[in-house]
Amino acid sequence: MNIYIQGTGCVSPLETAAEGPFPVVVNPSYEGARLKVSDPDYKQWIDIKQIRRMSRIIKMGVAAAKLSLAEASVEMPDAIITGTAYGCLDDTGVFLTKMISQNEEMLTPTSFIQSTHNTVAGQIALMLNCHAYNNTFVHKGFSFESALLDSIMILKEGNSRHILMGAMDELTNHSFNIISRFNRFKKEPVTHTELLQSTTHGTVAGEGAACFVLGTEKSDSAMARLTGLTTSYKPGSTAEIAADIIAFLAVHEIAQEDIDLLITGRNGDVEGDTWYDHVERTLFPNQAVGCFKHLCGEYPTAASFGMWAGCKVLSSGQVPADVLFKGKAPEKIKKILIYNHYKETHHSLILLTGC
Amino acid sequence: MGSDVWIGGGGVICGIGDNLPECIDAFRRMSTGAGVMENLSSALRSSFPVVEVKADNFTLAARAGLPSHISRTALLSLIAAREAWESTGLGDIRNYRVGFVSANTVGGMDKTEDFFAEYMKDPQQGHLHQVVNHECGSITELVADALGIRHHVTTISTACSSGANALMYGSRLIRNNMVDVVIAGGTDALTRFTLNGFNTLMILDTESSRPFDDTRKGLNLGEGAGYVVLVKDELSEVLRRGPWCRLSGFANANDAYHQTASSPDGTGNYLAMKGALEMSGLKPEQIDYINLHGTGTQNNDSAEGLAIDRLFAPHYPQVSSTKSFTGHTLGASGGIEAVFSAMAVREGYIYPNANFTTRMKEVPFSPVTGFSEGNKIQHVMSNSFGFGGNCSSLIFSMSTEG
Repeated sequence: MNIYIQGTGCVSPLETAAEGPFPVVVNPSYEGARLKVSDPDYKQWIDIKQIRRMSRIIKMGVAAAKLSLAEASVEMPDAIITGTAYGCLDDTGVFLTKMISQNEEMLTPTSFIQSTHNTVAGQIALMLNCHAYNNTFVHKGFSFESALLDSIMILKEGNSRHILMGAMDELTNHSFNIISRFNRFKKEPVTHTELLQSTTHGTVAGEGAACFVLGTEKSDSAMARLTGLTTSYKPGSTAEIAADIIAFLAVHEIAQEDIDLLITGRNGDVEGDTWYDHVERTLFPNQAVGCFKHLCGEYPTAASFGMWAGCKVLSSGQVPADVLFKGKAPEKIKKILIYNHYKETHHSLILLTGC
Repeated sequence: MGSDVWIGGGGVICGIGDNLPECIDAFRRMSTGAGVMENLSSALRSSFPVVEVKADNFTLAARAGLPSHISRTALLSLIAAREAWESTGLGDIRNYRVGFVSANTVGGMDKTEDFFAEYMKDPQQGHLHQVVNHECGSITELVADALGIRHHVTTISTACSSGANALMYGSRLIRNNMVDVVIAGGTDALTRFTLNGFNTLMILDTESSRPFDDTRKGLNLGEGAGYVVLVKDELSEVLRRGPWCRLSGFANANDAYHQTASSPDGTGNYLAMKGALEMSGLKPEQIDYINLHGTGTQNNDSAEGLAIDRLFAPHYPQVSSTKSFTGHTLGASGGIEAVFSAMAVREGYIYPNANFTTRMKEVPFSPVTGFSEGNKIQHVMSNSFGFGGNCSSLIFSMSTEG
């Protein structure tokens, strides 16, 4: 059975919240080591009365979901599956700080209600009046991949035509401040054109939402096939992940040379990037390599932005100059391997094929 | 497609027992768990009873073999997951391809709320070890690492239905031959965050909760963890005492009515139960017992009751809410109640619904009020419904049934 990506939607630090190709102007605005989503006009998708009550992650998630459904011309999906590592951090922070400062008195329910991790998936179901299967994965750097695997397994069962799936994470002032204390982000100023060549520790913080409509039919809007997915939790060494990649390609009967473009989750952290250095050098020395985290920042579900970018490459047949990191893109791009890791712990491989 | 999925073992820790035999004994003795909080520190201490696990973090940490500063959510999880694994008799976990699919809703919030009190005074203050495991997924990884599980590790959070969805996903992993065994269920510790959150919704009872009773006033929050061990066909034969039962059906549906409230007629509840029956190939009258979601809130119990009426009339199975003993353990409840339901099939148990006096006006049936064993039970349904409209039902069946 083939699984097609029939529609995509993305809200990110770039102007991605529109149907069509990869944005022509790419100038994500770094505020120190922090990249914020470029908020589209959410009134396009959400009733203005609801917008006021919604935190950013809900708005981003709903916008990405609606964009992907529109692109796929699907009104009612047969399942809604999301991944979010941190969930609704803003509402969590609001309720938590009020609870502490008001000594557990005079609290109001809105931020608590919207703090649960399944809020975005629930809101999408509510807006679509969709009674179908609804699930949310919250596993750090595997949140998106688990949602993707759940979608694949359900499609294989043969009772579902279209699944709306995606991932979203928001960055808040609290989360940026606290994660900064773990020395995860760059101390020195950096731009998106410099980040990937950085020789220092840390990366830039990011956020975003990317959604996909997956189906088993090659619809008019289908832009790629999702041909493979696997994850590796805490691989012991770069050699182990290289062996995992070889095994993964073998399962899908693909030679290393067949990969036209390798997209990695390189994020400018001198330590974490050694995984990508090893894989590029030993397995794909002659291939073009693309990157995406200088455009969306690092966050646990950033691989969803990577998959969105991969879809744009396959649908346009071109690698945007801002994505191309190394080598020369071939004339024809048919197969893309996305290799991402989050904090060197959660490694994932996604294989996309043009259709 | 793929292998049948069997229940090969289970483990529970909650406010009525530190392990599964203790919980069963509490049902037998009609010993409910609600009381004044002893471990959580909250301004609401004298306002609401809770169903705490009767041990402080030092005691739990010693049992779990983890440091005592680790989130209580992880301590509870490891204790129950280890009991579940050991009950199978499968031996060294490293001999199998094992998945750990654990649900929770609070993650390390019990520590984060302590951290925030300091952090709010000065953003450079607060011990980082208190927030390093804030994420729901961190809790799962602490336990997976302690058990030596690497093949597949993930976390689900769909509010009060989380634990049930972990069993569904785990079952799919086995049917797709990605792993041989999955420890699936959920965990949640009591926190000020959830206690205050539920208080703002005005659905906490100031007394012991009375699920499916006409006089019900709300729920009691509880804490704990519960896991079943799902195994594929080939392994069901090497289990110490054979499989407990088979996970024969499940479904997940969305109510799509309101972010927190159930639709008056329980649309999502109905669809979940109906879907689970369809998957298992059973007719409603074949279900012998339903372990209700039964939180004790006006809204849940009437929606769930009406949905049961619509689907099962006139063949009402025996029903009860074990939350009348354990309290509502949120992300853990689907896991804990899955263990109870699987045990019901294996041992012929029907669990009592405590504190029941008056039948609900909405439905023509009442819950069971006494514990019984040796019943001939073929099929048990377990319901878990929650915020976000997330509704899930599981069906456990005697292994001899097709």
